Amino acid sequence: MSLAALKSVIDAISAPTISFTILTVAFPFFFPPTDWFEKIHRKLGFWRLWTKKGGIIGLLLITAFFVLGYFDKNFNITLTKPDNFPIVLLIYSMFFYIWLGMYKAYQNDERLDAGLKPNEYNDPDDKVLVWPDLVYIEFIALILFQVFLIVWSILVAAPIEEPANPAATPNPSKAPWYFLGLQEMLVYFDPWLAGVVFPTMIILGLMAIPYMDINKKGDGYYTFKERRVGIFIFMYGWIVLWLFLIVIGTFFRGPNWNFFGPFEYWDTHKVVALNNVNLSELFWVKLLAKGLPSNILIRESLGFIAVFVYLFVLPVILIKTKLKGTYETYGPTRFVSLMIFGLGMLALPIKMYLRWAINLKYIVAIPEWFFNI
Amino acid sequence: MEKPDNKKPLLERMGESQVWKSIIRSGVPRTRRQRMHAILGSVFLHLHPARLPKHAVKVGYTWCMGGLSFFLFVNLTITGILLMFYYRPTVEYAFTDIIDLAEQVPLGIMRELHRWTAHAMVLIVWLHMVRVFMTGSYKPPREFNWGVGVILMTLTLLLSFTGYLLPWDQLAIWAVTVGSNMARATPFLGHEGPGAALLAIGDINLIHVGSDVRFALLGGRFVGEATLLRFYVLHCIGIPFIAMIFMAVHFWRIRKDGGISGPL
Repeated sequence: MSLAALKSVIDAISAPTISFTILTVAFPFFFPPTDWFEKIHRKLGFWRLWTKKGGIIGLLLITAFFVLGYFDKNFNITLTKPDNFPIVLLIYSMFFYIWLGMYKAYQNDERLDAGLKPNEYNDPDDKVLVWPDLVYIEFIALILFQVFLIVWSILVAAPIEEPANPAATPNPSKAPWYFLGLQEMLVYFDPWLAGVVFPTMIILGLMAIPYMDINKKGDGYYTFKERRVGIFIFMYGWIVLWLFLIVIGTFFRGPNWNFFGPFEYWDTHKVVALNNVNLSELFWVKLLAKGLPSNILIRESLGFIAVFVYLFVLPVILIKTKLKGTYETYGPTRFVSLMIFGLGMLALPIKMYLRWAINLKYIVAIPEWFFNI
Repeated sequence: MEKPDNKKPLLERMGESQVWKSIIRSGVPRTRRQRMHAILGSVFLHLHPARLPKHAVKVGYTWCMGGLSFFLFVNLTITGILLMFYYRPTVEYAFTDIIDLAEQVPLGIMRELHRWTAHAMVLIVWLHMVRVFMTGSYKPPREFNWGVGVILMTLTLLLSFTGYLLPWDQLAIWAVTVGSNMARATPFLGHEGPGAALLAIGDINLIHVGSDVRFALLGGRFVGEATLLRFYVLHCIGIPFIAMIFMAVHFWRIRKDGGISGPL
């Protein structure tokens, strides 16, 4: 396969529709939350990612991608922007440290299976002195990191563009990289959700983790098997819904926030069909072949029902059926919190797929009240 | 008075001098007792306990991320103070002062150091969170401190965001415009947010473009002179002040919640 063909394949699969789907589908096989996934995880060798070999191959693949990008005239432009360098560091460091955490977790899991204590365990009476054992480690870490920062500062000048000009809007205008996940959500949700409600829910949801997770195991050592559902949910939110969206927002979003593959030229005039429709239009106009009702509440009734069912009926059904046991062990308050944050988190992929599958713009569309969902 | 023994190495003699002993009472930390005293007697080092379980000092367990986060905060404070010598937060001077930092100031990498350290701090704080999650260290009795950590992470992002505006170039104002436009849509409190129209007395809207939460953040209807001053004050004084309070609680609670997590 020629290099150009490889690049166009990578361009094609980095489209959010495909890359997001691949990540989501593959995810439970790498972080198996149930016995069934665990079985396939073992059988098909997905567990090898969490071995030394898997880690090295992962790092090499990332490096190959960046090397390919560096020598590509289009990707080179986005890759070498000084403010995008942190994203390169992000990809490397997040991969390495999540790998390290899982690697250590798997080592401990083997020890636990064999009836041993985790690697971190040591005799409570056998302590070390902070001076010198810890103070020296901190001192060395601090010096090494300072050297790294100074070298980085000497090699890469901090970005400075033209003086501020309120009359000239750059295209694309991007938020700082750590907020690009939120900006990417703006594609699917209105600002009141993507910019205000969801960030608030992320912060509150993170703070609520210790109160919602009643699993007492795995406190103070790396382990996967003792906390697999918890780690699966957290890592899905962290890797796919946060870090991955940041990477998309940084590398794959060009002028007019259109998608561009990494090796694609950022064409300002790229034409993308805007044929998104609201649920109310789909229902009244396309299905019933009538005009939109003038009463807003009637017009959007279907959307309201959908949202109501999702937020209020679905949890009740779950309590009665699949999650009956969960409800009983977690109690009403914890269960409601789990539902609020869980359904909030799932709302993003659901809206993404509705957009991709049927070009759905809004489920509830009341621009008159700035109330679009 | 004892006569100094000239055969001893210089460093040893310094450790026994009156000046040294006035600063570090236990002398050169050599015995077990002296080493413990070196930690307990120092206002900075006594953040640590004098003794720790073995796993707690291993880089493989902690990844050093919490300590590095704090170190980067200190680093940013120092480089930030130096930058404040040269930088004036006005539309007229901000951009040119930034240019001067690189071109006129000897060894002018202070802005680079500040900016790259800030980016690194976001990453390091995130990695610290991943480490704490992976080791289950948020579990009781450390639930509250995890929450304090989430707030500190949010403050880190806000510090970085407010600092992003200060160079007053195209990158800065448009990134902040994109970011702060979201505030326009805050439910009830933004003039383009759902429910804002409900906050009205008769036909007088309480929330409009000149009174909503975005206006409060920017000090105007768009990113301008007042925004620059607001972000400057928040960046240099406001958020660091809040962050320091939460950091004090964070560090205090690590000790009070039973020290670093570990298997029983």
